[in-house]
Amino acid sequence: MTCVHLLLTLVFAVSLGTPVEIQGPRGVPLTSIQFYVENKPFTCLDGSRTIPFDRVNDDYCDCKDGSDEPGTAACPNGSFHCTNAGYRTMFIPSSRINDGICDCCDTTDEYNSGAKCENTCKELGRKEREVLQKMTEITKEGFLLKQHLIEEAKKGHQEKQIKVTDMQENKKQLDEKVEVLRTVKETAEQPEKEAKERHLKAWEEQKAAIRLEKDKAKMAEAFLELDDNADGFVSVSELQSHAELDADADGTLTETEAQGLMGGAEQVDMSTFESVWPNIKDKYHSEVSREEEPAPVETPPDEVKEPVVDNDSEPYPEDDISEEEDEDDEDEDDYHEDDDKVYHTENLSKNIEKELSFDFGPDAEFTYLYSQCYELTTGEYIYRLCPFNRVSQKPKYGGSETNLGTWGSWSGPENNKYLLMKYEHGTGCWQGPNRSTTVKLTCGKETVVTSTSEPSRCEYLMEFTTPAVCQEPANTDLSPHDHVEL
Amino acid sequence: LGSQCDSHKMGLLSVVCVSLFFSSTFAVDRGNFKTCDQSAFCKRQRALKPGQSPYRALLETLELSDSRLTLQLINDNNKVHLLLELYRLQGNMTRVKINELKPLKPRFEVPDVLIAEPPTEPLSVLSKDDNGVVLSLGVKNQRLIVSARPFRLDIMQGPEVLLSLNSRGLLAFEHLRLHKDTTETKNKDGESDKEEVGLWEETFKSHTDTKPNGPTSISLDFSLPGVEHVYGIPEHADDLKLKTTDGGDPYRLYNLDVFQYELYNPMALYGSIPVMLAHNTQRTMGIFWLNAAETWVDISSNTTGKVRGSSENPQTDVRWISESGIIDVFIMLGPKPSDVFSQYASLTGTQSFPPLASLGYHQCRWNYNDQEDVKSVDQGFDQHDIPYDFIWLDIEHADGKRYFTWDPHKFPQPKEMLQGLMDKKRKMVAIVDPHIRVDSGYKIHNEITSKDFYVKNKDGRNYEGWCWPGNSGYPDFTKPEMRAWWASMFAYDQYEGSMENLFTWNDMNEPSVFNGPEVTMHKDALHGKWEHRDIHNIYGLYVQMATAEGQTRRSGGVERPFVLTRAFFAGSQRYGAVWTGDNAAEWDHLKISIPMCLSLGLVGVSFCGADVGGFFKNPSTELLVRWYQTGAYQPFFRAHAHLDTTRREPWLFGPENTALIREVIRQRYALLPYWYQLLYQAHKTGMPVMRPLWVDYPKDTATFTIDDEFLIGRDLLVHPVTEEGSRGVTAYLPGAGEVWYDVHTFQKHNGAQNLYIPVTLSSIPVFQRGGSIIPRKDRVRRSSTCMENDPYTLYVALSPKKFAEGELYIDDGHSFNYDTKKEFIHRSLTFANNALTSNNLCPNCNFLTSSWIEKVLILGASKPSKVLLKMDGKETPVDFEFDTSMSVLTLRKPGMNAGADWTLLLQ
Repeated sequence: MTCVHLLLTLVFAVSLGTPVEIQGPRGVPLTSIQFYVENKPFTCLDGSRTIPFDRVNDDYCDCKDGSDEPGTAACPNGSFHCTNAGYRTMFIPSSRINDGICDCCDTTDEYNSGAKCENTCKELGRKEREVLQKMTEITKEGFLLKQHLIEEAKKGHQEKQIKVTDMQENKKQLDEKVEVLRTVKETAEQPEKEAKERHLKAWEEQKAAIRLEKDKAKMAEAFLELDDNADGFVSVSELQSHAELDADADGTLTETEAQGLMGGAEQVDMSTFESVWPNIKDKYHSEVSREEEPAPVETPPDEVKEPVVDNDSEPYPEDDISEEEDEDDEDEDDYHEDDDKVYHTENLSKNIEKELSFDFGPDAEFTYLYSQCYELTTGEYIYRLCPFNRVSQKPKYGGSETNLGTWGSWSGPENNKYLLMKYEHGTGCWQGPNRSTTVKLTCGKETVVTSTSEPSRCEYLMEFTTPAVCQEPANTDLSPHDHVEL
Repeated sequence: LGSQCDSHKMGLLSVVCVSLFFSSTFAVDRGNFKTCDQSAFCKRQRALKPGQSPYRALLETLELSDSRLTLQLINDNNKVHLLLELYRLQGNMTRVKINELKPLKPRFEVPDVLIAEPPTEPLSVLSKDDNGVVLSLGVKNQRLIVSARPFRLDIMQGPEVLLSLNSRGLLAFEHLRLHKDTTETKNKDGESDKEEVGLWEETFKSHTDTKPNGPTSISLDFSLPGVEHVYGIPEHADDLKLKTTDGGDPYRLYNLDVFQYELYNPMALYGSIPVMLAHNTQRTMGIFWLNAAETWVDISSNTTGKVRGSSENPQTDVRWISESGIIDVFIMLGPKPSDVFSQYASLTGTQSFPPLASLGYHQCRWNYNDQEDVKSVDQGFDQHDIPYDFIWLDIEHADGKRYFTWDPHKFPQPKEMLQGLMDKKRKMVAIVDPHIRVDSGYKIHNEITSKDFYVKNKDGRNYEGWCWPGNSGYPDFTKPEMRAWWASMFAYDQYEGSMENLFTWNDMNEPSVFNGPEVTMHKDALHGKWEHRDIHNIYGLYVQMATAEGQTRRSGGVERPFVLTRAFFAGSQRYGAVWTGDNAAEWDHLKISIPMCLSLGLVGVSFCGADVGGFFKNPSTELLVRWYQTGAYQPFFRAHAHLDTTRREPWLFGPENTALIREVIRQRYALLPYWYQLLYQAHKTGMPVMRPLWVDYPKDTATFTIDDEFLIGRDLLVHPVTEEGSRGVTAYLPGAGEVWYDVHTFQKHNGAQNLYIPVTLSSIPVFQRGGSIIPRKDRVRRSSTCMENDPYTLYVALSPKKFAEGELYIDDGHSFNYDTKKEFIHRSLTFANNALTSNNLCPNCNFLTSSWIEKVLILGASKPSKVLLKMDGKETPVDFEFDTSMSVLTLRKPGMNAGADWTLLLQ
């Protein structure tokens, strides 16, 4: 059935011969139609005055609130209701009535301006439904991904807690060793050769002990690394991820081979791992010296915007660590080796502690972004976002990198601060402020930087999609807004 | 747009920048610009003190034709003969020309400023003796007396001297000479080397000016008995009333790109209009010194610092000094302010009549980054329901600062962008500067090169300097062929990506040369046979002239152009709008925008504005709001911001401030019919749109120094709030026996009083004169073009005698048809004897409008028993309401067409 255009005047509607059920003045929404009763005095909706009905929509503003002219541009503060059948109903400022510009997709705002408007509601409605559908799908999938991320983060968190404890323990032991060594070293520096020799012997013994200790630490680390799912067991499949352990050097570590390395067991716990360790320790490549293993990100392999491991932005401080670099004693190397080790462990634990200190969202859903980097290439530049770390810009065709800000804080609106990230104190602008970047997060299946801009000089805006901000999809009805169709 | 150096163009320009800016503090680097002492001719001329003039008139050489008197003058010191020409011009003006009788080669006379050879009137000799000649000037026993020894001119009316020339003996005319002459003289006389310095060569900072013609400067003094107030000679960031220059530098006129200019000093700025107005309660006069070379103006007064009421007759003495050319002075004798405006307009033309839309609000920023940015700013205005008409693109829009092109990454589809704006009935301005990137891959550069249109250096090679694009050439806009070619570049098929809603902004046309002396062109550069020295101040005028011509031509002469310029000269008013250049987000800069635009208005340039918000630095929210409130009541209303500032579109400061800015922009749009009518009036008569109070209250001495408030036309008085944290302003309401109505509350106030007005952040003190009728369009749309067919509301503000009058002007808003086809409506509106009548002021005009009169507000009315509309021989009753508290009568929907004859009768 032809939908009734409420905006048509009675006369027009009748002349079309349309069976009119409800008429109302032009521009009035159904919800207010009861206030406009034909041939009865009209009271302004703010109650300020009452006027004869023929002054409603007579192109002269009588009511301060504009309610007598919903269908003309006479009142400065009026609003006009477009039915937009097939699309969304809409209110527009009444100043847009008959201004020659088509605002309502059903063309009803331009009834007397000569503007040639086409009814685009159906098309818009279709498009909007498509977009909505897509959005809903994205939100749905994104939300699922988010749940996954939350779980991952939870596990990772526990694992890291353990790691920190372990490493702190480890470090404590190493510290002690180092202390011993320091004594040894200091003693060794005594001019007396005899004493030196004596100590040297002790030193050799200590060294062996330390080596053992170090091996143990390495083993513990390896166990934690291998235990991908952090269930306290290293399984065959977890071991298989380390292809370098391949025994027959055919390039793959088969299940059988892995099981062989593990002494035939399906999985081993920490203590059993001690017996597995000698089998693999020579070939085993630690990951610790690289980065935490990236969280799985569903990025199509052909995508340009793949996350990249950020090698230049490792958060290791690079202060000078040696206090005794002038020494050239032969113990030096050993001593330093251990000191480095202490230092390394210390940093490792510091890093993990630092990581644990970040606000990764109410359910730690942003954890997976940590130590990841995402790039976007534009006409001139490559932009790189390393969440919780920094944003940078590099000319595409060579040139040095510019820091667009280091991690500052979440700075979204009060009701959801996790929608915006603020990166501050980047490279200073000439005669201007330090560069800063605001990252706007929107729900998406993929974790991608979708756009960058510089709205103000040295103030950048980056748009970033991630499942981590996807909200639980409401049970939305995808059918068009049809409550106006009669 | 910015000045010579900034962050965005480091790299190529960094060397220049470093050399130009030693500190990053916010102030002009005065060391970059000459003082009078550092300008050899100024120093030389100023060293000459008042006294006996060495010049004598040779009366026996007097020749009088119908309209021209010639007479030789001789300098008794060097025996050089000068030729004096006197003309009596139509409209109560006298022209005085002095040139060498037989110069070694021609001296430059400024072309293209006068709209025509000024029509003359017969001169007659009243008497003549050995001491001099008395000539009749025709009007009211006005006489011109030529005294022979020493030479002097006096213009008298009855017994009263209106103005004297050379009465202080400061006429000094450095004749052209051969270099060896001077050298020989020097050797013979053994004169000190000092005197020689700067005659044939002059060095400022690292720049040497070769001066192949040697000393060529000229000077003349003017005495104005009875005058204490002189105005004009823009552009200076200074008070409206000119100050005396004793003990300081003279006011300087030399178009310069001054980075971060300072306020309240006589330093030169971007433009020069060598016109000074002198005013007292009896008379207004003007002096127009037609010379385009570097010029300095000294002002002294015998009353400065003295207590008023001393018996001495006040007198102001003025002295003009220019580096080259001839003396060509127009004395405009008024006597009323409006007479001086029309006299000056008859010489140099009037304000161009701009497209109506250009009186709307302009949104500018260096830079809107790309098409997406333009789109989102455009949408921002709609989202926040704020009207605007123009969005602007600064230098970054062009491909590598190659004007007439678009950056292929940021603006890949300019037409698509322009079409998007057109769909919303909005427009765009893109910058086109006159420095041309030297680049063999750039069409504009190649064509100028092949046509040999570039300015030449002293050696005859193309002059090159540094500007935004790096190494740049400067087209010789003094060449008519060059201007014609430039104009042709605006054709739609030449300027790719342009459409009819794209307009132009000429910046940097002083011209700005980053590595030139005083950031401009070398004076020994050559424009054909003339040195840059001769033409400097008119270069910018030519750029705008050629650009405006191009815009007119692209439509086949149908559409009116809109071109904004930074540099200007006498006559620039004919080509478009002017803004006050690169100001700063400071309260003092907001304040100075008023006297700066008032000064421009007095000398013909009505279409003036300052960057709303301030160009450099970030304004506080309060300053920004106050600036919008001020700018909305100035003729050219554009917000602009430096590249390094944070974004400041009107909606970025919270909903309350957005609402304040929306409100004032809407007030601007509601008054567009009035603004448009005033621009039409300015175009027809030369009356300034934004004017000092004394223009309409010439006998009220209290108005003579006011420059913190102003009139728009005759009928609106504005006292913007320009103080931080202000809680109130004191506005002077002029006119004894007159009344003024607050336009927001309709409260009536008496004239001739200082009125204290408490203010909040939303207050904009504006008053309508009792006795006036102002048409408004109170339905505010998203752009002025959308308002085209909207109805009018008439604001009738009654005088104490219950009288009011006003006008209504309507045309299509954008074409020349008002001129070529008389397609406009011009009506007078008169309220007298309880009847408001609309009469046709142009019966043979022909234009149809669908606009009608929706409402009439009569302020200061009494309550009628009945209101009748008389039209087409019929009488129909009109509904009305009466507000007793404010005495406002509102006539409801009388409904007549705005172009019709009608009368509303109050009974």
